[in-house]
Amino acid sequence: MQWVWDNFFFGNPSIWQLVLDHLSLSVPPIIIGFLVSIPLGFWASRNRVARSVLLGIFSVLYTLPSPVLFVLVPVAFGLAILDSKNVVVALTVYAVAIMIRSSTDAFLSVSSDVRESARAVGFSAVQRFFGVELPLAGPVLLAGVRVVSVSTVSLATVGAFIGIPSLGNLFQDGFKSSLYIEIWTGIVLVLIIAAIFDLILSGLGRLLLPWNRRTTRRGASRLVAKEAVWTS
Amino acid sequence: MIEFKSVSKLYPDGTRAVDDFSVIIPSRKTTVFVGSSGCGKTTLLRMINRMVDPTSGTIEIDSRDIAQTEPVRLRRSIGYVMQNSGLLPHRKVIDNVATVLLLTKVPKAEAYERALTLLDTVGLDRVLANRYPGELSGGQQQRVGVARGLAADPNILLMDEPFGAVDPIVRTELQAETMRLQRELDKTIVFVTHDIDEAFLLGDQVIILEKGARIAQKGTPEEILARPASDFVASFIGAERGKRRLTVSSGVQANGDDLVLVDAGGYAAGVIAAPDGKLATGNASPKSRSVSNKTSQAGDA
Ligand SMILES: Nc1ncnc2c1ncn2[C@@H]1O[C@H](COP(=O)(O)OP(=O)(O)OP(=O)(O)O)[C@@H](O)[C@H]1O
Ligand SMILES: [Mg+2]
Repeated sequence: MQWVWDNFFFGNPSIWQLVLDHLSLSVPPIIIGFLVSIPLGFWASRNRVARSVLLGIFSVLYTLPSPVLFVLVPVAFGLAILDSKNVVVALTVYAVAIMIRSSTDAFLSVSSDVRESARAVGFSAVQRFFGVELPLAGPVLLAGVRVVSVSTVSLATVGAFIGIPSLGNLFQDGFKSSLYIEIWTGIVLVLIIAAIFDLILSGLGRLLLPWNRRTTRRGASRLVAKEAVWTS
Repeated sequence: MIEFKSVSKLYPDGTRAVDDFSVIIPSRKTTVFVGSSGCGKTTLLRMINRMVDPTSGTIEIDSRDIAQTEPVRLRRSIGYVMQNSGLLPHRKVIDNVATVLLLTKVPKAEAYERALTLLDTVGLDRVLANRYPGELSGGQQQRVGVARGLAADPNILLMDEPFGAVDPIVRTELQAETMRLQRELDKTIVFVTHDIDEAFLLGDQVIILEKGARIAQKGTPEEILARPASDFVASFIGAERGKRRLTVSSGVQANGDDLVLVDAGGYAAGVIAAPDGKLATGNASPKSRSVSNKTSQAGDA
């Protein structure tokens, strides 16, 4: 424990610095992945061909081991090999790969009765998307982004192995110097960050989807269950 | 007045849902499309608010071709009530009722005030205003659906099997409410059902449809009952099965001057008053109800 106190704010890099690095690697992919998956998922839910193409491409990307992606991303985006953006881009690709399935399911979970009736009472297409389909897709989107958040926070550790600092450094150094307290510190901090993110997300869900708690929508909960199975 | 002029609808997959359909739907009356599943009722109804556009032919509302009106604007000016209410599950009852008003930028306070009044109109307690639709019974949801359909005070109300999913007791209640609303609010109602009893109960004009929305017969319930135009109509309205052809029971004697009526199967169907051995005659049309005050206004549907 003494080691942790000695190195939390001091040291090179300090644990605190690594926490910040870790956050800056994992927060953008979660947000960007979520935002990117929404139009893609909406499109995929409306168009059978788009669905099989998009889901196909992203499941292939998802199976690529991260080292391969870390090599491909700088080439594809013209970034330097040691740029931390590589990790952000790679994690974003994984995030979209996971999230696109949830967002497709999310938009498919909106009952066609409700969509039709929104059309019947005079919602324009844009009003229908923002006022009806997006909010009703909310519960399933939320379930998806919670999975993405946990997976991104843990995946961000691999940055360390290509020299981009993150909490993964603690694993690496710990293994090198057989300092188990260092490894444990890394693991616990990753878990804490993942837990905090999850709390924030579920809090946002309660705030933004008040109707979801008061009315149990069987469609949504079934899809959430399916989602959990798919990602485990 | 809504007029269908040689309207056909061919869906992209080749289904001819509506085949050369022409009809006039009078203002401030209830017209019922009735027919079995898949005969094109919903398609007909949805062509009135341009949720479906005809492949050929025109539809006019008060002699104006609706193809000239922008669909979203047209839909906001026409009430629509569907089966399973189609309420937005993430909006409270009050917001659901006020939907169209809010879409058309009516100030919030005014829209909510009107929505509350509409809850009264359809016989719902105002305390339900802050619930979500999922917290209401099926019958209550249907009432909210009707209130939403009435929100913009449309001249036309389209109802697509609105009571198909509620139990018979609630359905009877809602049917009575619909007749009361029609009487009080003087709307042009176009109602779709596959239940012939409901059609006869609600319809001033009943249009019996066959596949492809071909008109098998059109008329008042009395005209159709008295003279079914074909075997199809006869069997559809149940005359053939003898369900509606009643005779005085020879067996049972009811109280006082009443005689018991039986259908062709011999099942008791009702009683009829027969003072001094003579059968009572009644006014054939219970729906001549309030025609008087309807004629005073000009015929804008
Ligand atoms: N979007 C569509 N694409 C292709 N075919 C359709 C579409 N909508 C309806 N149809 C077909 O058109 C015909 C008429 O359908 P419609 O929904 O109007 O019938 P309906 O009388 O309302 O039936 P129900 O009583 O079951 O509601 C049916 O054969 C149906 O399968
Ligand atoms: Mg139908």
